[in-house]
Parts: sequence; C-alpha cells; structure tokens
Amino acid sequence: MRHIISVLVRNHPGVLSHVVGLFTRRSYNIESLAAGVTENPDVTRITIVVTGDDLVLDQVMKQVNKLVDVLNVTDLKYDQAITRELAIITVKTTLQTRGSVIEIANVFGAKVVDMSEDTITLELSGTERVLQNLMRLLNPFGISEMARTGMIALAMKSSE
Amino acid sequence: MKKTGAKIFVETLLEHGVNTMFGYPGGVLLPIYDELYHAPIRHILSRHEQGAIHAADGYARATGKVGVCMATSGPGATNLVTGLATAFMDSVPVVAFTGQVSTHLLGIDSFQEADIYGISIPVTKYNYLVKETSRLKEVMYEAFHLAISGRPGPVLIDLPKDVQTIQIDDPPVPALTLPQRRPHLDPVERDRQLEKILSLIRDAKRPVIYAGGGVIKSDKAHEALLRLAEKAQMPVTTTLMGKGGFPETHSLSLGMLGMHGTRYANYAVAKCDLLIAVGARFDDRVTGEPSTFAKEAKIVHLDIDPAEVGKIIQVDACLIGQARDLLQELADRVEPQAHEEWISQIAQWKRDFPLSYPKKEGVISPQYVVEQIYEKTRGEAIITTEVGQNQMWAAQYFKSTRPRTFITSGGLGTMGYGFPAAIGAKIGCPDRIVFDIAGDGSFQMNIQELATAVYNKVNVKIAILNNGFLGMVRQWQELFYGRRYSQTTLNGNPDFIKIAEGYGALGIRVEKPEDVPSAIERAIAEDHPVVIDFHVDPEENVYPMVPPGGAIHNMLDRKE
Repeated sequence: MRHIISVLVRNHPGVLSHVVGLFTRRSYNIESLAAGVTENPDVTRITIVVTGDDLVLDQVMKQVNKLVDVLNVTDLKYDQAITRELAIITVKTTLQTRGSVIEIANVFGAKVVDMSEDTITLELSGTERVLQNLMRLLNPFGISEMARTGMIALAMKSSE
Repeated sequence: MKKTGAKIFVETLLEHGVNTMFGYPGGVLLPIYDELYHAPIRHILSRHEQGAIHAADGYARATGKVGVCMATSGPGATNLVTGLATAFMDSVPVVAFTGQVSTHLLGIDSFQEADIYGISIPVTKYNYLVKETSRLKEVMYEAFHLAISGRPGPVLIDLPKDVQTIQIDDPPVPALTLPQRRPHLDPVERDRQLEKILSLIRDAKRPVIYAGGGVIKSDKAHEALLRLAEKAQMPVTTTLMGKGGFPETHSLSLGMLGMHGTRYANYAVAKCDLLIAVGARFDDRVTGEPSTFAKEAKIVHLDIDPAEVGKIIQVDACLIGQARDLLQELADRVEPQAHEEWISQIAQWKRDFPLSYPKKEGVISPQYVVEQIYEKTRGEAIITTEVGQNQMWAAQYFKSTRPRTFITSGGLGTMGYGFPAAIGAKIGCPDRIVFDIAGDGSFQMNIQELATAVYNKVNVKIAILNNGFLGMVRQWQELFYGRRYSQTTLNGNPDFIKIAEGYGALGIRVEKPEDVPSAIERAIAEDHPVVIDFHVDPEENVYPMVPPGGAIHNMLDRKE
C-alpha cells in the first residue's frame, strides 16, 4: 500500500538529514520525497510517498512525529488530496515524428519548452497517473532524459 | 559587557547546575578549556573519550541528573559515537559537547574535521551544529531540556572554535521555542483506555506486570508499581533495564524475564492471561519470537513514547505518559484482588525451578562471586556491569531492590561500558559502594580508565570474572557452532594485578573459592580503587537460556 505523508518541519539546515535518516535507519521504503517552503518561511513541507501496510504506516507516523523539528504529520488519503508532480521530458524526434510528439503534448496540455533538430523537451505537471500516461505514449519515440520532482500534495478542503 | 562564547558556555553550564563533567581536550576546545581553568566545575579527565561519555552516562543513570561530557573535533568526536549510541538505546540523558574546526574551515577537510553532526543523527535524540555565538545559550538550554524531558536521551552540540572566541553582548535567558508535542490520546480516548485496563485487571485470573527501564527513569514510579502490584496481587517481572524498579526480594517478584531470565518469570509470561507492560519496549532479548510471546494474554502497554506501542506486538489497551503518573492512577483506581491460585502456581514454579549453579570442589563459580558481592554489600551497592556472561550473572544473582542501583548497557550491549560507568556512578553517588562486575574481555576495552579512577581517587571496585574467554560468544559457539571456539580465547591476557599496581590501584588475585569472601571484604575496606581478579570456572555457562528466536518458555539448562 502506498501512502502520502505530509510533514511540516522547522526550516533549518540539517532538518532533511534528520527526516531522511529516520527512514533509512528504520528501513521504511520511500518512493519519493519532495521538500519546499510553505506560506510561512520558517516552515518547510515535506511530502513523502511511502509503501507499507497499515502497521508500517502507523510506525512511520509515530516515529516521524517524534522528531524534534516536526510540527505536524498528516496521512493524506489519495482520494481526499490534491496531488501534483512536475516532469521535464526530452524526447528523441525526427522530421517525421516531430509532429506526432507535439500532437501528444497538446492532448496532455504539456508545454514544449525546448526543441533541437532531433529532440523536443516537454514540461508537464499533473497527477502521477497523467504523467505515466504521457510517458507511455512518448516511450516509443525514445525518451532520452527525464527529471521529476516527486509528488507534492495538500488535503482537499472541499472534501473535509 | 561583551562575553566570549567560551564564557557563555561555562556560565550556561552553571545555570543548569552542572558541577561535574567528563572530557578530553584538544586544539579546537582550547578556548573552552581555558575558561574551565578557573570555573567551579569538576572536570574529570578521562584517558579515552569513550571513557568520558560512559562515565557521564553512568553518572546520569546513578543520579537521575543530566550527564555532561566533552571531546575535541575529529577523532575525539568520533570516539563518542559508541557512548552516544549506548545512551540512546537505553534512554539516558546525556549532553555531549564536541569541538569543531572554525566555521570558515568547515566542509573543506580541515585538520581534525569530522562531520559529527551528520554522524551522530541516528544515535542522538537531537543534535546541533552551532554556527553563531548568539545561538549558543539558546541551544544549550534546549539541549538540557530535550535530554531529560519526555523519553530521555543523548543530545550532541558541536562547537566550532570561532564560536567559542567571538565576543557578543551578554545574551538573555532564552525562552524555549521548541515545537510542542501533542498528546497521543485525546481525553475521551484516554478515559476509554483507562476503563478498559481497569476492567481487564478486574477480569484477569493470571496477571503479570512486565516492568522496564521506564520505571527507573520516572522518579517514584517504583513506589506506585509496588502499591499497584500489592493491591491487585499481580506478580512483577523486570527487564534488565528495569532491575531495581521492583524489589527482587519481594514475594511478588519474578526476577528478570527473557533470554536469561528465570524459568518462573518466563513460565508466568507464557501462561498469564493479562500482561501489563510498563516502560518497556518488547525487546527481542525479552520476547524471543514475538508471535509466541504471552500468547494467552491480553496485553496492556503503558509508555511515555507512543511509537513503542504496537512496534513489536499489537496491544489491547494503552496509556501514554510518565510511568509514575500512570501507575499511581492505576494503583488508586484498581480494586483489590487476590489471585491465590495463580500466586501459588508461581510459588510452585519458584520451588521447582530456582536459579542454580553447580558447586565444584576447588573451582570458583562466577555466580558465587556475584552472590558474595551481594552478601558482603548487603545488597546496598551500586552495580555496574560489562557485557556478556558477567552481565547476565550479575543480573541473575544480584537482587536489586532500588532504582538506579543496577547500571548496565542493555540495548546496545556495549563492552567496555561498566568500568567508566562505575567511575561516573561513584562520582555522582560518593556515599555508595560501587562495584563493576566485569569480564576479562570487556574490562580490557576501557582498562586505561584506571588512571582516571586512581588520580581522581574514585573509590570503585572492579570484580573481574576472569575465565580467559569471550565467554558469552564462546557459550554460543559451544551450543550452536559445534564447540569451534573461533577467536574467543583471550590468549595474551595481562597480569591484571600488575596492571592495577602499574596504575597505582590495588590488585587482588583470587584462585580458590574459600578466598572469595575475604577478598571482597578487603576490597570494600580499601579507600581506593581495587581490581579483584577472580579466576573462575572457564567453561561455565549462563543458564537458563532461551535459544535465539525461540519461545521464551522453551529454555535450555545445563546437562547434569
């Protein structure tokens, strides 16, 4: 089972080491981790996607909550969270395939951010599923490089 | 008036009532050591940084106060790591200071630079690298608070040299800005859990209390535990860390449970219908295979750390808080019980399966030495132990009756811990007799601290149960590895008497059982560190024993 855990921490050098170190030490599996500042410059939000059963999730939450820098830990339910990830993808193209790649990009609302004789670089933000669908369609052309941010998420206020 | 970081450092120690610390200087700590030169703080110079931190740890465990130690940058700092891990595993309040290269030299592989901040993250409750003198006082206030609050633990503060020398305006006493911990259970849920526990106790026919180190750490918890146990007639087994939390001379005491626990404690846990764990964490040395542990029982867990609840074993009810408060509440609310049948069953087990050892003609049994130390100190001594067979025999045969009198590295199992810890304990409790029950292997891991003890007139007694082996490892090789004693024979052991004398301590060699009592008496009478080298039965084992990964009621015993 995958879980999205949203952790608010005091923003200072070293805080990421404490959080990441805990996951390493306790052998929890992190799928992705994204950190960035919040509306409050003293507070960083770390979004962690972790795999494990309910018992593992319970332990992860409790252990993270014990860290001195942690202000709050929330288990975000997938269906009650807004999740987004940003990807930058460079696809191999030829004169013949360039049009098809742009067509796919348009369907997904991905932006063309760079183009060379034999590549196109696309930018897309969306849910994990949208990103995966785009990648599946681009794969046959050959993805030469890709960078992803890891998931960030917030609780959906309208479903509270 | 402007003050240097070093001066602020010393003043802040004094504001926290620190009058004793353990340490070892070095280049980057010169400003602080210069300030300590005329400070009203007793600084004990160890002979190895590990000796300093184990001593601070022993001081903390014996007194309940925060232990303070200090080491220089690089190798000095890395030599603290084992001591930090030891204190972390056993939840001991220690504040460790390390010197660090100046801030402009950080991160460029300077002389004696080590990233002790990064290194110590997994073995501390929290840690700091102080880069600005203006933060120093606040950080120290936080560190002393964190070390002793909630579940205690070690905190490390790394202090670059320039942070010690820069002068700033006298900083005010800081207000703590640490994030507030939210309680784990809301009041409604807490009441529900409490009612459930009371009804479980009411319904239980065969209850057992399993008490751990939390009962020692939470002041006066042992009094509440005694009241609860007597009122509801619930037998109590203590863990290695919980020794002294319940008097082992009491009729309701089962002694220690687990891998080398008593048969009657392990049988009682296997057969109980209610197990109340308090300040304990279901360590593998206690539970054996967790799926077989207390299988017939409802399980209640009382602990200060919510993360310990459900970590190893799922529980039926829990309460989160100080052991003292929780036990007092239960003792007040619980209805008196009898459990006559259960108590008489346990008495029968105690008669049938007492702890025992063979008495061989002309050979000193290590267990006999421990019994004699118990007799000759009338059970009043503070005992520290090394790790291995010596530790288990000490735990089995020295009946602890009071908290903070049995000091041992339980979680990490640190060889070399007991002797420096004894030094710290004796300095913290100068009126008590302090014995380190040692093995010849472990003692050699911090034997250099004899200089520390002798020079500072720290009157500790070291009882070496000298069997010429790394005994516990050898025991496992005997039982599980076809008696192939790979690398466990301590050939080349020194003459411990000459070693003791070389350092200026008294050494007593004992080779015959009849000389054991008088040697202990003489050691106690000496106003000086004494090393007693007991030549004990070399192949004696610790029994009973639960084979690793087994169920704790299936115990091995010696073949008669």
